[in-house]
Amino acid sequence: MDPIKDAMTHKSRSAKIEARGHLISLACISLIVAVVLAIFFFVASRGLATFFTNKINLWDFLSKSTWEPAVKDAHGNPQVGALPMIVGSFGVTFLSAVVATPFAVGAAIFMTEISPNLGKKILQPVIELLVGIPSVVYGFIGLSVIVPIIRTVFGGTGFGILAGTFVLFVMILPTVTSMTVDALKSVPRHYREASLALGGTRWQTISRVVLRAAMPGILTGVVFGMARAFGEALAVQMVIGNAALLPKDLISPASTLTSVLTSGIGNTVMGSLDNNALWSLALLLLLMSLAFNLLIRWIGKKGEMK
Amino acid sequence: MKKLLGLLALISLTLLAACGAQSSSGESITAVGSSALQPLVEAAAEQYQSDNLGVFINVQGGGSGTGLSQIQQGAVQIGNSDLFAEEKSGIQAKKLVDHRVAVVGITPIVNKKVGVKNLTVTQLRQLFTGEITNWKQVGGKNLPVVVVNRAQGSGTRATFERWVMNGRQPMAAQEQDSTGMVRSIVASTPGAVSYVAFSYVDNTVMAPSLDGVTPTDQHVTTNAWPIWSYEHMYTKGQPTGLTKKFLAYIQSPKMQTKLVAKMGYIPVTAMKVQRDHAGNVVHN
Amino acid sequence: MSAKSIDKFMTGVLYAVAGIIVLLLAGLLGYILFQGLPHVSWHFLTSPAKSFEAGGGIGIQLFNSFYLLLLSMVISVPLALGAGIYLAEYARDNWLTDVIRTAIEILSSLPSVVVGLFGFLVFVLQFGFGFSILSGALALTMFNLPLLTRNVEDSLRQVGFAQREAGLALGLSRWETVIHVVIPEALPGILTGMILGAGRVFGEAAALIYTAGQSAPALNFADWNPLDIASPLNPFRPAETLAVHIWKINSEGIQPDAAAVSAGASAVLIIAVLAFNVLARWGGNRLYKRMTAG
Repeated sequence: MDPIKDAMTHKSRSAKIEARGHLISLACISLIVAVVLAIFFFVASRGLATFFTNKINLWDFLSKSTWEPAVKDAHGNPQVGALPMIVGSFGVTFLSAVVATPFAVGAAIFMTEISPNLGKKILQPVIELLVGIPSVVYGFIGLSVIVPIIRTVFGGTGFGILAGTFVLFVMILPTVTSMTVDALKSVPRHYREASLALGGTRWQTISRVVLRAAMPGILTGVVFGMARAFGEALAVQMVIGNAALLPKDLISPASTLTSVLTSGIGNTVMGSLDNNALWSLALLLLLMSLAFNLLIRWIGKKGEMK
Repeated sequence: MKKLLGLLALISLTLLAACGAQSSSGESITAVGSSALQPLVEAAAEQYQSDNLGVFINVQGGGSGTGLSQIQQGAVQIGNSDLFAEEKSGIQAKKLVDHRVAVVGITPIVNKKVGVKNLTVTQLRQLFTGEITNWKQVGGKNLPVVVVNRAQGSGTRATFERWVMNGRQPMAAQEQDSTGMVRSIVASTPGAVSYVAFSYVDNTVMAPSLDGVTPTDQHVTTNAWPIWSYEHMYTKGQPTGLTKKFLAYIQSPKMQTKLVAKMGYIPVTAMKVQRDHAGNVVHN
Repeated sequence: MSAKSIDKFMTGVLYAVAGIIVLLLAGLLGYILFQGLPHVSWHFLTSPAKSFEAGGGIGIQLFNSFYLLLLSMVISVPLALGAGIYLAEYARDNWLTDVIRTAIEILSSLPSVVVGLFGFLVFVLQFGFGFSILSGALALTMFNLPLLTRNVEDSLRQVGFAQREAGLALGLSRWETVIHVVIPEALPGILTGMILGAGRVFGEAAALIYTAGQSAPALNFADWNPLDIASPLNPFRPAETLAVHIWKINSEGIQPDAAAVSAGASAVLIIAVLAFNVLARWGGNRLYKRMTAG
């Protein structure tokens, strides 16, 4: 057979490999998407049952502040008001992000701009180790160190949003830092060179050029850290006190969506209102992280235009 | 290419494993549920397995709610629970068979610094409803009361509320989902009050007496100390095979007097009274 | 202040920030090791746990942790690689890709107890894997995939376009370019992500309580046939990991020395993560050098 004709009419080896590769990667992504959809479906079907099967008013769920699904109120309606947990979750999330961001950005600048050598040798392993410390251990250090300190300094029991903030600060620091590092690294070198060539100092270069160029990436990192803080359960649960009360201040016991969810889920019977109400909290968590993601996207788009 | 190999290896591993599951010989059962009962069942299973080679008893925690809902669905062989199935909403108790394997007494605990050695039941109730806010109101030091509750739906909390709260709602307060956490919080927080099973009381906390009755196993067996509950192992329908043998093993007088007592539970055989799910007490 | 002195001042601030973070870790590590190391002995590391007496060890839990980590990495890394490649190289920039990306990212913010419960209902009950290492590994995979995938995608994107063009110019297909040129170049980034993921997996408790279970049946370390129930390699046995063990003895443990066991186990866990980090870094560097002829 004519080799040229053969080569023209049949797919080359490369093309076959290409098709196969494409297929493999497509299969991987499809599998992940299927898993995600399964979880969404699972959480949504149980979480929505509170509203459709148990006939709880959505607005009551979001705005009332008594969380006792097992106990009926004066009108015979179960009391599922998630407001204390919503406020608690947002409280610890925003506060810990506010505390963590300066540290994370500072550390990232240090690692990329000031001393890449020290950064790579010391700071990077340190950050990675912080991730490796399990949340159980964070929780117990929080309980045995941070809570007593807060109690002695500010009074009260020591449990509350402030204690949760401190623990979460350490836990999200690595996430925000490593994403900020990525963002800073992806700023092209000629930006820096241009700034330095114009006579800018290193800090002027960093603050006016590098940080600005990397801003969407940094914000993404921060929001990612917030998403992690929002979903963290074990460690927060140990130090926040888990009281389904609207927080009056930062040092009185409060609760988060995850802490109530985690502590209650094993004690309820699948399919009962108590259980469904907890899944509604999980659904709320999903929706919140969807909101966080839309925020990230919006930030990214804004960043691109400039 | 490497990834392909990896995927292949994974698939073959899974297949191998799947075959493994089918070919593993011997009987095996799973018990799931109450974390308060888990240590006992685990220890009993360990001994049973070393006496009877080739059987496998898988004991897991997860909470009483998990135990009851899984046994109701028939997903496991034994569902462990701190509560009567009748007390849990969403459970059809008629389909389940109750096997009581131990009794657990529950006692209030307070931080050592509050300076109170005896409480009346009414005082205890008022502490948890928030009517008493300072320990000096009950003869203790001038310390604000810090209430620590167990998580809603926990078996220990249900038992405590049933026999102490007399139908009243406790105020919303801190909640913890494990005994160990409760104990360490009470031990470290001035003015804290909570409740745990007898076996968790140690020298870091104080267990006051109630109406002059001390929290002892002796007082539980006569119902003089009313805050106690059975530890139940539920089966769906009458147990058969290994499940039946294992339950009989735990309930045997030998295990009751030796292991159950040694682990800090009260043997069912030592009880001088019986109590049903409605709370009716019958003297033996 | 002149620009120069501001520059100096800010450099100082940045050094301080870096110093504080290092001190923070040193404090954390010091605290854990100081509390825990006195309880660690050869006996502690090798003997099985006791359910209610003093003197239990963590030998089986330690092995379980590593085995579970290995198994979940074997499952999640290829998947994350494939998915990451798709997102970085093949995915078109349209709404569907956006939706996929958002979905994956949302998954990563779910509390692990929800993943654990999902794993319990699906893997343990539906698929009939029971409380087992495999169920645990699958649950951890779900928990790990979003982060790994994102990390792979990001690492691949950071590889310069010239590298890809060079590969394509040599007549390689896109896939071959990715496998032979882009991935080796992106390896350090991917590896860092894997280490971070491994750390999370190693310390995860909530997702495993309902899947890999909280009991550690005795193992026969002379039996390496993965089909035997007592074999350490059997992926169908329940396996309590170190993190779950710490959680368990702190929540309902009635051993008289529970606090000591917990402190010792935490110290061992930290040391294991540390060792794992160092090893992965060293191995990664060697691999990087071999694959890139650097």
